[in-house]
Amino acid sequence: MRNLWRDERSWTVLLLVLAAFIPVVAPMLDSPATTGLATRIAIYAIAASSLNLLLGQGGLVSFGHAAYFGLGGYVVGILYAHWSSGDPFLGLIPGSNDLLVTMPLAILVGGLGAAIIGALSLRTAGVQFIMITLAFAQMLFFLFVSLQAYGGDDGLAIRRVAPVLGMNLRDPATLYWICLGLLALWLFLMDRVTRSRFGRVLAGVRQGERRMAAIGIRTYLYKLVAFVIAGMGAAMAGALMVNYARFVSPDMMHWTKSGELMVMVILGGLGTLVGPVLGAAALVGLEYTLSGLTEHWQFVLGPILVVIVLFARGGLMGAVRRIAGPPALHNAQPLPPAELPPAKPVPESAAHG
Amino acid sequence: MAEPVLSVQHLMKRFGGLTATDDLSLEVMPGELHALIGPNGAGKTTAIGQIMGEIRPDAGRILFLGEEITRLSTPARVRRGLSRSFQITQLLEDDTAEANVALAVQARAGHGFRFWRDASRDARLLEPAGAALDQVGLPPARWNLPVADLSHGERKQLELAVALATGPRLLLLDEPMAGLGASESLRMTEVLRALKGRIPILLVEHDMDAVFSLADRISVLVYGHCIASGTPAQIRADPQVRAAYLSEEEAV
Repeated sequence: MRNLWRDERSWTVLLLVLAAFIPVVAPMLDSPATTGLATRIAIYAIAASSLNLLLGQGGLVSFGHAAYFGLGGYVVGILYAHWSSGDPFLGLIPGSNDLLVTMPLAILVGGLGAAIIGALSLRTAGVQFIMITLAFAQMLFFLFVSLQAYGGDDGLAIRRVAPVLGMNLRDPATLYWICLGLLALWLFLMDRVTRSRFGRVLAGVRQGERRMAAIGIRTYLYKLVAFVIAGMGAAMAGALMVNYARFVSPDMMHWTKSGELMVMVILGGLGTLVGPVLGAAALVGLEYTLSGLTEHWQFVLGPILVVIVLFARGGLMGAVRRIAGPPALHNAQPLPPAELPPAKPVPESAAHG
Repeated sequence: MAEPVLSVQHLMKRFGGLTATDDLSLEVMPGELHALIGPNGAGKTTAIGQIMGEIRPDAGRILFLGEEITRLSTPARVRRGLSRSFQITQLLEDDTAEANVALAVQARAGHGFRFWRDASRDARLLEPAGAALDQVGLPPARWNLPVADLSHGERKQLELAVALATGPRLLLLDEPMAGLGASESLRMTEVLRALKGRIPILLVEHDMDAVFSLADRISVLVYGHCIASGTPAQIRADPQVRAAYLSEEEAV
């Protein structure tokens, strides 16, 4: 019998349902800013969860994940710029301020970017892989810094966003619910993918490339597909972030942003479903709280992160698991060797068949 | 005369000044259990690595089922039906025993790009996986434990089950009895005896009782070179082998 409360999926659903009430409860508690904060957490949770597919499932330490976050953001920003000026992008593609157009395009571009960067960097491994993903992300960063047509260093502002299916995106609660809904959808996808045959191969890549070769699996294409899926998720988060902040700048793809996403995943719990969400909430929440208290908040944040990583093995999810008990899978107690049941006798028919 | 399943011809491999494989030639015939023995450092594991494509030989050819595979990658060789077990187990430690075998079944079926259905409940993977685990004698009570919780003996059994689940047409077993207790060793011998005749096996092993009771043919490797090859009785009587190897062991 599976214990419902030890199953991570039920925790995730409960957490998402509770989170849906934030815009209702926050004004009652006289803290309207909370909805905006929760929106940022939901958006970063999508990005962190997408990185978790590479980092936690596949063991691929990609240190340039902000590249796809930024690409998604810039698709929204650039399409808006062309919509407001009226001249089409590259003389071909008309601009748009409709999320139903810009979001799918952002996801597509994010996936394409990840396919190109992944195809090249996945030919390396280890430290080289970390450095090459970082280098590609920094290349994109400097590309957008130098793109004066789209604001260069200063970025682009987005003023009027079209309503989506009659929903006003300028209403903080509406935008929050959209972000939360997409987070729920993304987590559902991640849960399915992780448990699928594809997910099994990816987990195998993390645990032993040599074993994978020995059972006849070429891992390159699997890693590349994981890269593309993760890039699409990050781009979706980037598109949402630009709709929330109504602003896009190269900072979205700076290497420190890649680092922040990594911290969220590790802080929350590598390879878990809800861990990246907890990590995003913890990091964004801590930043917000500490920066309200002191100007030198980073000086306080650093040691807190170190303590969590050192003492909560497996991140926040590791701590939750130790409190809630082991997950259902591990409930079977290992037998001591002395009590091992005898091996099945080899059937006669099997010999000399 | 039947064509050999595996034919290794004049294989050479040097690591710096060390000649790990020195003009090695050997054949495995259909249905045969061919044991490869030799003192520590004789190059047995290096030979297996080259047959599997994990190590590139400096010279020589490897033919499998009549086709040259010398330049093929490891996964390509596995798909043609080569399969190995590792002396130092290479298992997916976080996964259950069953999941380890199921992944090998999945690799054989070639359906890895499926993103939706829960693979841990897929009967098309679990049934063949269960059959392989049964074959090596791992009790079902242990199938759903993470590999990290299994004993050394159970991991050796699992290593063999994973190799079997790829659907091999030739098994390369690298010391399946290494580190096993006496009763576990006997049990493994019986498992191999049941496999014998159905799948050709190249067995690298230090347990001489097992080797001499199982093997149809034995080749003796010393300093990367095959000094003798023959039936267990011939090998036992061979003066060169006795001098180079068996006398040290006092095993037979």
